Amino acid sequence: MGTTLFDKLWQEHEVTTLSERQSLLYVDRIFLHERTGSVALNSLLEKQRSVRRREHAFCTMDHIVDTLPGRGDDTLMPSGRDFIVATRHAAHETGIQLFDIADADQGIVHVISPELGIALPGLSLICPDSHTCTLGGLGALAWGVGSTEAEHALATSTLRVTRPQTMRVSFAGLLGEGVSAKDLVLFTIRELSASGGAGYAIEFAGPAIDALPVEARLTLCNMTTELSAFTGLIAPDQKVFDYCADRRYAPQGQLWDQAAQHWQSLRSDEDAAFDQEHSFDIGSLKPQLSWGTSPQHCVDWDDAIPHVRDAPDAASSAAWQRAQDYMGVTPGSQLSDYALDAAFIGSCTNSRLSDLQLAAAYLVRTGHKVAKGVKALCVPGSGQVKRAAEAEGLDDIFRNAGFEWREPGCSMCFFAGGESFGKGVRVASTTNRNFEGRQGLGVRTHIASPLTVVASACAGHLVADTVA
Amino acid sequence: MTPFTQHRGVALPLLRDNIDTDAIIPSREMRTVSRSGLAPGLFAPWRYLDPDARTLNPEFALNQAEYRAASILLAGDNFGCGSSREHAVWALMESGFRAIIAPSFATIFRNNALRNGLLTVALEQHDLDELVGWVTVDPAAHMIQLDLEACSIEFDPERDKKVFSVDPTARDMLLKGLDEIGLTEQSMDLVVRFEEQDQARRPWAYLPSD
Repeated sequence: MGTTLFDKLWQEHEVTTLSERQSLLYVDRIFLHERTGSVALNSLLEKQRSVRRREHAFCTMDHIVDTLPGRGDDTLMPSGRDFIVATRHAAHETGIQLFDIADADQGIVHVISPELGIALPGLSLICPDSHTCTLGGLGALAWGVGSTEAEHALATSTLRVTRPQTMRVSFAGLLGEGVSAKDLVLFTIRELSASGGAGYAIEFAGPAIDALPVEARLTLCNMTTELSAFTGLIAPDQKVFDYCADRRYAPQGQLWDQAAQHWQSLRSDEDAAFDQEHSFDIGSLKPQLSWGTSPQHCVDWDDAIPHVRDAPDAASSAAWQRAQDYMGVTPGSQLSDYALDAAFIGSCTNSRLSDLQLAAAYLVRTGHKVAKGVKALCVPGSGQVKRAAEAEGLDDIFRNAGFEWREPGCSMCFFAGGESFGKGVRVASTTNRNFEGRQGLGVRTHIASPLTVVASACAGHLVADTVA
Repeated sequence: MTPFTQHRGVALPLLRDNIDTDAIIPSREMRTVSRSGLAPGLFAPWRYLDPDARTLNPEFALNQAEYRAASILLAGDNFGCGSSREHAVWALMESGFRAIIAPSFATIFRNNALRNGLLTVALEQHDLDELVGWVTVDPAAHMIQLDLEACSIEFDPERDKKVFSVDPTARDMLLKGLDEIGLTEQSMDLVVRFEEQDQARRPWAYLPSD
């Protein structure tokens, strides 16, 4: 019987088996950020341990750093500065590469790691951040860990990992015009549930995946953590190889040839068996919008919000009721019935150049401006994204339409105590989590694609762009 | 790491599915570069009517006298989903929790718990319902006893103990309070040997070490 892509990656990184289900895996790259990486580095220093291979460890400032123009070490978050200063100090002490606030390549960890060629197909990569699974979109074995595990990886270049089972989710059909990878992943979470991937490494496959551009694959894999999966994966193809070529930390010359040859083998064999398989025809998929407080609380944008009485079980029924109370939405109504207070384009899910291009193209095509009373923000994912967007004039398009144009960072994807939208504020957001209070106390988050968010910002209520 | 062998304590039912780490400890409650000082932020959005002013929400079980001493949490499916922040585990432990019993857990949370000596027990819903039924009659008096050696949960003396299964490696780590890093450091010769072979196979994966 053949081998799955996940099993190939696992075998390639297996230093030794520790028990029937646990192995010591080799970690090729470690990425840290100032929120959780600072704790790992400090703990390492306190125990007088060193980073075993500092050339394989990187750090960025993204979670707490301000995104307001003219920013420095100070943030609106009380004690935010402490995290920034401590991280800088620890990175310096351990000798790892830091993409500091003023660095041209600073940005959101999962945006800059592929951008700089730090994440590559076939590499194992960990970060104390749940969205590390993003890099599975390149065919990397990438997963999120806690600070203690990050410390383990820094000290030993390995992790003790319990082997997950394998799942394949295949998509037949092609995404329609105006329907994106974000809609695809929201639909998948809605179908499989927020715990549907627990204990699994999920490979995405099928014609819809083959057709996805590389950045869209990153968006899709980014949200596999919202399925509670170990990670998400897509077999790398020529598009990915072209994407990785000539990036700063990517192999060059003969090493590149060896890498590219190796990467050709990174796909599941025809006769590979998965522990679980799902397939969906997504040819007629509509834009998705979340109505509740879990990413699984999604509907087609023009569908009615479900009735609690239709919940599959008692626990869901209670959760739906809580969610509808928190969100201030009524069963039977449509999301387009609700006026919007704010719109956010950014985060490790949707802040890459292609995301901004899509949203800006809508503004150009329709000539629409952000509706009166709607606070709208666009936060590019990295310095590189920001400069590329500005070179195309996207910043002017966003600004002229009424969006704020920010410096790179995680920004208001979550509320670290700095900026927030305010209690009861209804936000259309390209982020990944609509949890209670995620974007600030009492904030009502509706997650959607960049196109849906920009269309909603201009309409002043939740709506998909159906003209696209 | 704090070893876990046995524990007897008051159990707090918080029976919601998908309790995420933002609910366990919101980002804004992680105020210092430290593993401590997190207890006041535990469940802040639910525990306080106004988290800034720390006005207690009397409706929230943790604020009720009979659950003040709670050290075991009974929770819904997929506990600890969302962010990888280990602060969720640290906040629970600093608040006196030693074990969480739920139908299922998010992987990163469970890994983090294990590395800090917080026991996570996955129990079938109907078994969990029995525990909840027992506890809610008289929370302070109806305690629960967890035994990791025997993998058993003792509750109502008139009923059979519940038996749970746990990964043998995880069980061993918890019982002995093992420091995983120290453990792996004993196998570094294997890592060096792996690197030598791997570097021949995947030379492109290794960056120059300046």
